Amino acid sequence: MFSNFTASQLVALRCVLDRVIPGDDLTPGAGEAGGAEYIDRLLGAFNFDPPQIWAGGPTSGRRGGAAAFDHWIEMGEWEKLAWRTRIDQWSLVYEAGLLALGDDFVELSPDQQTERLKQTSTEFRSVLYEHGCESLYGDPIYGGNRDAKAWQAIDYRGDVQPEGYTDQEVSAP
Amino acid sequence: MTGSVTGNDCDVVVIGSGPGGATAAHILSSAGWNVIVLEKGRNHLLELTEPYGPMGHFSNDEIKFTRRHFLGPDPITEPRTFRRSESDGDRFLTGHVNSLPSTVGGGGVHADGKLPRFREVDFSLRSELGGVEGADVVDWPLEYSDLEPYYAEAEELVGVAGEAGNPFAAWRSSPYPMPPGADMYGSLLSGAAALRHGLHPYRAPTGVNSVPYDGRPACNNCGFCAFYGCPIEAKGDPVALLRRALNTGRCQIIPEAYVHEITTDTSGKKATGVRYLDLRAPVDNPGGPPVHEIRSDYVVLAGGAFETPRLLLRNGLGNSSGLVGRNLMFHFQTMVAGGFPERLWGASRGRSVTHLHDDHIVGDKAQDVAANGAGLPWLRGGIVEHGGAAGPILESLSYGSNQHHAASMRASALRERLWVFTMQGEDLAQPNNRIDLDPSVRDAWGFASGRVTYRPHRHEIATSDHVAPILESVLRDAGAEWTAVSTSPPTNENDPHPAMGHAPVSYHIMGTARMGDSPESSVVDPSGRLWDIDNVIVADSSVFPTSTGYGPTLSLVALAARATRLAVGDPLPPTAPAKP
Repeated sequence: MFSNFTASQLVALRCVLDRVIPGDDLTPGAGEAGGAEYIDRLLGAFNFDPPQIWAGGPTSGRRGGAAAFDHWIEMGEWEKLAWRTRIDQWSLVYEAGLLALGDDFVELSPDQQTERLKQTSTEFRSVLYEHGCESLYGDPIYGGNRDAKAWQAIDYRGDVQPEGYTDQEVSAP
Repeated sequence: MTGSVTGNDCDVVVIGSGPGGATAAHILSSAGWNVIVLEKGRNHLLELTEPYGPMGHFSNDEIKFTRRHFLGPDPITEPRTFRRSESDGDRFLTGHVNSLPSTVGGGGVHADGKLPRFREVDFSLRSELGGVEGADVVDWPLEYSDLEPYYAEAEELVGVAGEAGNPFAAWRSSPYPMPPGADMYGSLLSGAAALRHGLHPYRAPTGVNSVPYDGRPACNNCGFCAFYGCPIEAKGDPVALLRRALNTGRCQIIPEAYVHEITTDTSGKKATGVRYLDLRAPVDNPGGPPVHEIRSDYVVLAGGAFETPRLLLRNGLGNSSGLVGRNLMFHFQTMVAGGFPERLWGASRGRSVTHLHDDHIVGDKAQDVAANGAGLPWLRGGIVEHGGAAGPILESLSYGSNQHHAASMRASALRERLWVFTMQGEDLAQPNNRIDLDPSVRDAWGFASGRVTYRPHRHEIATSDHVAPILESVLRDAGAEWTAVSTSPPTNENDPHPAMGHAPVSYHIMGTARMGDSPESSVVDPSGRLWDIDNVIVADSSVFPTSTGYGPTLSLVALAARATRLAVGDPLPPTAPAKP
């Protein structure tokens, strides 16, 4: 699959995501769970038709119903313009951020990585953090949250249609 | 339908397909009128060909609904601006400001459907309670009894589940069409504590099916309610109304149709139709989007209280009073969160909010004392929603980058162990609070963006300051280990980083084309038409003279039903309280 990043950039992105939203023995880090792939897919959304911005519905198939989340929703002409604009801006932010992290980022000690991260722009750190959170705790269809492990770690079922919850599950402790 | 045409294309053009426009489309098409609904946003709600089934675009997907502008408007193509007063200069910030969904179904799509009625006193605040210095408190030009038949109709059409459990509720001519749905566990805790504090919690009237209704299924408690389109159509508003309109065979809905002009005859006193941009054309279409014109006998303006005044101001229409865009009101939101030792599941199961209480609207001696202390004649709060928190992405964003992020998420102090009271506090009308046209920010099509100029009256802040500690105390009694208060807008505007941002986050937007008894003091007449152009009906919350402390949707649906029934000469007969 076409990627917006070089292989070494993807490795660096995985590494920095695990530094920004680290995992532990129960929860994967954002990089470990596929955060770099999430970002890559977002920046490359327009390599697909329809663009992979909005997953389909109404059901993922995990709780019954059809597996329809991969029926990506068609975008309007002006929505495409807005999203191309947004993605172009993010691409520049990531390019500059990865440059500032340096080719040797993955080889640095954790303390050195933290120092290097401080040298990136506030905008890069902010976008990286937001996308990291989305990737880790969003639906796996978008490329992150691999095997829904982050959801399992927090005891969260994610999408539940068409099953839903019983009245008892809503009203009882 | 392209370009100039002779004769009229339809009886009425409805601008906007949200709850107000959908109601108008239903009533007018049912009365035999030919209706064209123009919607600026895209259609994800229902197929526009028979049998008008669901499109299947709605899903339990936090990314799509909360992170990716799925329901619009996208602030890149449609920026809005905000300032607190002229002393902020032309604007304080640009981007996402009170951006209700711009999509077929409008704000009804993302709302969790809490649909209370107003009370009798809400229609006569000025004469019953008196004015407040610095605010323009007025009576409505109609009474609760005038609207009651239409409230009953609105509840029937949308499908409201509820019960007679609120001791302060206004009289009703008929019972709710459905019993209430399942109580959320957290609301049982907060409700019991509220009772112990002498408050009067009740099951919230909710436009979500508790049993199969009108061909749509009962809600299955998926938890993706507030801010989400319903994947199974258990929410009635607005799909029920739009589908009924389409089923008459006399209604057409055109999405991606951006009305930029209401056309008038040479006198300027009659609307002749509209012109709109066809946003379905490619963005590089030479000369911009194609412009289409529709000629009609009537125009219904239902773009919401932000877009409706923006269109009128851009066209210089309906504004002989100078009041278009003025008296902008939101609800002053006071959010009191409590952290519990155990999981309440409020973030992931049920209808987001299942209980309300009205006590801070009704008031008591302590509230009178607080008013006195603030130098105000009275204080009026709003409904308090007993509700859960949001999804895991939002929670995850709130922790910031740190070593304990994973452990914090598992502990879920800010999601599954959180319970939140949200008071929708009454916001007093002030003429300087307004929507106008930004002097230089433009949307993607070159039209001046809407600009909010808004600063709360001290009544709202005094009310919030009085009620917040009460709500904290109730949450503690319910079992919360800690509580925290935030408001939108901030009570201290010098706070550089207010928790909820500087601009009001409320999507309850009202008052920008107020209804009244005279053309000098109002924009819309008591029957819902522009004083200046009597074949334009305004069918959204722009017409509200006061904000009340209740969610606006059911009332704007009832007003839209009344205005359009009056237009077709088929008003509902007066009603009387049902016998117990």
